[in-house]
Amino acid sequence: MKLPVHKSSGCGGSCGSASNHGVTRRSFLRRTAGVVGGSAAFAAALSPLMDIPEEDRQFDVKKFLQKHYKEMNADEMEAALARVREDVELRYDVRPEIRDIKPMDGVEFVYALNLSRCIGCRKCVHACVDENNQSRDPEIQYIRVLEMPRGTTDIEQGDHHYDRPKVPDEDHYYMPIQCHQCANPPCVKVCPVEATWQEDDGITVIDYDWCIGCRYCEAACPYWARRFNFTTPTIPSDKINTEMSYLSNRPRHKGVMEKCHFCLHRTREGRMPACLEACPTGARKFGNVLDPDSEVTQILRTKRVFVLKADVGTLPRFFYYFDERDPFAQSVPIPGAPS
Amino acid sequence: MKEYFRFLWRCFRLSFHGDWRYYTWMFLLTAVILLGVNAYCKQLVYGLITTGMTDQVSWGLYIANFTFLVGVAAAAVMLVIPVYIYKNDELHDLVIFGELLAVSAIIMCLMFVTVDLGRPDRFIHLMMRFNFPISILTWDVIVLNGYLLLNLHICGYLVYCAYRKRKPSRKFYIPFVFIAIAWAISIHTVTAFLYSGLGGRPFWNSAVIAPRFLASAFAAGPALIILTLQVLRWATSYPVPNKALHTLRSIIAVAASINLFLVGSELFTEFYTQSAHGVSAHYLWFGLGEHNALVPWIWSATFLNVGALLILLTPLGRKLMLLNVACVALIIGIWIEKGMGLIVPAFIPSPLGEVVEYTPTLNEILVCLGIWSAGLLIYTIFVRVTVPVLQGELTYDTIYHTSAEQGHETDETT
Repeated sequence: MKLPVHKSSGCGGSCGSASNHGVTRRSFLRRTAGVVGGSAAFAAALSPLMDIPEEDRQFDVKKFLQKHYKEMNADEMEAALARVREDVELRYDVRPEIRDIKPMDGVEFVYALNLSRCIGCRKCVHACVDENNQSRDPEIQYIRVLEMPRGTTDIEQGDHHYDRPKVPDEDHYYMPIQCHQCANPPCVKVCPVEATWQEDDGITVIDYDWCIGCRYCEAACPYWARRFNFTTPTIPSDKINTEMSYLSNRPRHKGVMEKCHFCLHRTREGRMPACLEACPTGARKFGNVLDPDSEVTQILRTKRVFVLKADVGTLPRFFYYFDERDPFAQSVPIPGAPS
Repeated sequence: MKEYFRFLWRCFRLSFHGDWRYYTWMFLLTAVILLGVNAYCKQLVYGLITTGMTDQVSWGLYIANFTFLVGVAAAAVMLVIPVYIYKNDELHDLVIFGELLAVSAIIMCLMFVTVDLGRPDRFIHLMMRFNFPISILTWDVIVLNGYLLLNLHICGYLVYCAYRKRKPSRKFYIPFVFIAIAWAISIHTVTAFLYSGLGGRPFWNSAVIAPRFLASAFAAGPALIILTLQVLRWATSYPVPNKALHTLRSIIAVAASINLFLVGSELFTEFYTQSAHGVSAHYLWFGLGEHNALVPWIWSATFLNVGALLILLTPLGRKLMLLNVACVALIIGIWIEKGMGLIVPAFIPSPLGEVVEYTPTLNEILVCLGIWSAGLLIYTIFVRVTVPVLQGELTYDTIYHTSAEQGHETDETT
């Protein structure tokens, strides 16, 4: 055994009576210096923690132990909403109207986007940011508009960062992409803690208080629909949309995922999503596919419709179509349509 | 029980004693760990924006290192199988160092996953709502922790028996050894399924990922074990027969050959087909326009892997010095190939065709170095206390002749 016989007690024969006690002054001093130096180095290493932002500083046991969205009863949800209210007031100095809005019965939402009409103005992108309290710095956007060259629907050929004084450009068409609210969502499948799930009306939501920030869902999404809060989101107080709901547009914290939720705080109460209302050309159509009279049902029946990346088997609820009417659509009986 | 705590206490004290080489090594590791802790504290305060990751490339160096280290942990079976199935004698006394390496590697894996989390404070959510068996990530949590416990049990039991001068009872560890063999395969298979199960990422969505992971792990892992055995031989008097190293060399040569074959199969499929799904591979090997950050890396990895294999397959590998060189080359080559070369290109271009490159930040690199140092520190301590126990110098009825124990015993007697 070559491992060292180390003379840390420093008793190489020269020590006096102290050696009987095993600890000499020298080794004591050396040890003390080691402990002090080590602690100082450790404290220095931890020193960045002094800069933790105010809002993250208080440790709230109740918040820490808050249950998963699906496990909370009415009282617990009320308490959770109160905590969100308090948090928003602390961070943005505004008083929000926050509720937990449930899906309506007999509703399944779908989106249809008319590629013949879209002019690529990106008004939907910014309306979405304003509506849903996304971080402005760094700016998080749920909708990405691609400028597509003629002759292809291959999105890999789209330009993400087109910057023109005037749209639309004659040689291009435009394809906005956001969460497709898949019926078979890979993001939901991969989440290790069930922080994201599909609701009865087909909207995939996120419990921002449950997400652990592993970003597996972001890797799994074939439509690049998910966004991560890489740092504390910043929103000017006067830009806060105070009409909030728990599963949609309440302000997020750093370290969690977010994405489009079809403006469920609006659509579950019969209003249209913000992106649709902002669209100047009427390219965006939204509604209940279970309702035979809804505009989206008509579109799915009468237009030539396609979904992105049908080969990945995600069954999107977001459809693209062109203005041209399917000439054979007449033969498909549409309930309620004039014959 | 009391005796067991005394054993742990003596091991703890012993880990603070060694010669100047030991002190220098441990001091350096501690210093780098503190740099890593400092960098991680910054990440905790400002968020993952302190890394080079983006919404486009949402996994980077942390997950790359994690993937590589799962392989290192799994590779312990390449010592266990020869010893327990083929009754190989040379490796018999060394197998425990492979298992201890597995324990250290798994601890590093767990640290790498933790630093990658946006909300590590919500760790308990894993215990409260566990999406098993749907999410492969939950499988990974189970197999990694299970593997850690299995190996801790096997090593801990054998070392403690040596300390108590008892003959280990076969029924207390042999069944676990065999479970651990299957389990080792499972940890790397599950980790491969994490990636290959995603239909939206064609670069990963390939059946050859899991076999590739195993082959590269069984090359890089034993290579790391050879290097640690060489250090062991240099720093202690523990017997490390040359024959043992050469048994490992043949294992590595076979595994590295299979790995290159699988990489070649992947390349053929990607490039001969010329489908749009090959665009990530194209980015990795040749770049896309002006975007070519990974090109020098993957070609270096290829060069290192092929070079190492040439040494291993020819008589050159019989020279221990060259064997060491081949091991270092292989470890670096495989680290690049299955770390940066496998994780990052799957995100480039993004699913919508946007090309955003990834460059790790200094802060991110420091966190990684800190975790590597922590793992090495843990492994060094394991080896530091295991060697004298296995050599019968540190047992329950002896005083181990370092000043630490002498001083300690003197304290008690006076």
